[in-house]
Amino acid sequence: MREIVVISGKGGTGKTTVSAAFAHLAQNKVICDLDVDAPDLHILLDPNIRETHAFVSGHKARIRHDACLSCGRCAALCAFDAIRLHDDGYAADPLRCEGCGVCAHLCPAKAIDLEEQHCGDWHISDTRFGPMVHALLFPGQENSGKLVSLLKAEARSLAREQGLDTVLCDGSPGVGCPVISSLSGASLAVGVVEPTPSGRHDFRRVADLCRHFRVPLAVIINKADLNEDEADAMAEDCRKNGDVLLGRLPFDPVVTRAMVERKALTEFDNPVGNRLKDMWSALQNLNVRR
Amino acid sequence: MRIVIASGKGGAGKTCVTASLADVWGAPLVAVDTDAEAPNLHLFLPPQITEKKTAFLDVPNLAPEKCVHCEKCRNICTYKAIASFAGRITLFPDMCHGCGGCFAVCPSDALIHAERELGELCRGTVLEGSVRFLMGRTRIGESMTPPLLRQELKLLADMLDAVPGDALIDSPPGVSCPAVTVAREADLILLVVDPTPFGFHDFRLAHQAFLPIGRPMAAVINRAGADGNAEGDEAVRRYCREKNLPLLAELPFEREAAEQYASGRLLAELSPAWRTRFENLRDALLAMEAPHAAKETNHA
Repeated sequence: MREIVVISGKGGTGKTTVSAAFAHLAQNKVICDLDVDAPDLHILLDPNIRETHAFVSGHKARIRHDACLSCGRCAALCAFDAIRLHDDGYAADPLRCEGCGVCAHLCPAKAIDLEEQHCGDWHISDTRFGPMVHALLFPGQENSGKLVSLLKAEARSLAREQGLDTVLCDGSPGVGCPVISSLSGASLAVGVVEPTPSGRHDFRRVADLCRHFRVPLAVIINKADLNEDEADAMAEDCRKNGDVLLGRLPFDPVVTRAMVERKALTEFDNPVGNRLKDMWSALQNLNVRR
Repeated sequence: MRIVIASGKGGAGKTCVTASLADVWGAPLVAVDTDAEAPNLHLFLPPQITEKKTAFLDVPNLAPEKCVHCEKCRNICTYKAIASFAGRITLFPDMCHGCGGCFAVCPSDALIHAERELGELCRGTVLEGSVRFLMGRTRIGESMTPPLLRQELKLLADMLDAVPGDALIDSPPGVSCPAVTVAREADLILLVVDPTPFGFHDFRLAHQAFLPIGRPMAAVINRAGADGNAEGDEAVRRYCREKNLPLLAELPFEREAAEQYASGRLLAELSPAWRTRFENLRDALLAMEAPHAAKETNHA
């Protein structure tokens, strides 16, 4: 089975646009949206939800005022400054609480409960391009890395069950916990980058991350004509680092138009979609199966 | 006033707006980049760095000769950073969140304070020394961003204590822990909205995520008036009206603006019209300050 993860470092470079096109082109695959924080792939794929499961992960502290002795030990112990004294006694701020449970463990009156958090929901769905595993963390919730791992495990087992040989994942921006979880076990990362100072800076970081975790990287330079010099420099970076350059895409209003029409770029005839088809073919010739 | 510039979706224009606002601010200011996984503000406001320091998380290390194998540390650790194999305690410092529970329960002083490198914090000035600058950048391979952000925000508080002023804070994208860690320190949250279907979806998520923080919020549309997306622009306007979210500005979609950005230059420097747009946005933000400023005085 091969697992392809689309990433970017910087947000807004076109990960989901590329993912939707590849989801259209790929055969025998499970589609997986790992950008659990701000997922967008479902907007284009219009999934028909078949199963919904609760994602319960982590805890928040809650202080029972009737049992609290107001000794202040919890507030002194809390490394996250989440417990403060209010007019009606000590209380844990759910926005700051990391759920470590130290306060509850060490409260002399056992006045602190740790409540499990329902952080979001995840789904198995049908789309016009095939089965899809996706989720939405409730706004402001934590544990996105754990949810990413869970989605990947579900996507893999769905692929095995249905005899599909590819898991195609839309990743999240950045280089932190959800991205690190996305890359774990991946056979190939596709980096969608843009030739801007930000795009190049963040691409370098994500390329370093791929090397750190020994995941091969193939690169698409999106909006390449916005700054051809920078695009050339990025192509040179790829050559030097031994990353595969899949090609360049132009800055074209057709991308927004496709999004507005809820279509993948490869679903109708246009120059950007046609280039994406070539890139997908080129990707088939890379030896990334594991 | 600490203004956090956030978006939900990445690439909506947070950094662009932050940099140009800093350029026209004209009052004591700290420009802060808290998008520590992908920090970009320094590329548009090239800083003179005066101080660079490595940030660490306090994690445990074991002194085996003192360990009495009570396993209390393992039992309190909710992050699976401490395991017990064949009667021996083994630590996984990469998993540690720095809660300090293990130190608190160890009866035999067998845990020594050690450090995990989180990333770096850089301080300096931008715009010919007129604006102070602060940036965090995570170490590649470090999965936890909030601990670095907490240290960065603490440093910002110290900087504002030393020399009062406003802060424009470029936020991480998304709506989970890194973004919330920053947003909860705001006096005002400015949401930069990309009016495409993706951008509108993520903007609504961000608005919902930040509501419980209870701070005033406002929005600015970036890339408004793109060909064929009138409906997208209108959807954002309608949402703002319905939610009583002040829409402070609409920055137009222009290829020249995209190219200006792609070459690392400020939109406020593109033309007098663009400069005026950011001056107006600044004035609109300052006009929102009044009620909160009164509250601050009450606190003091």
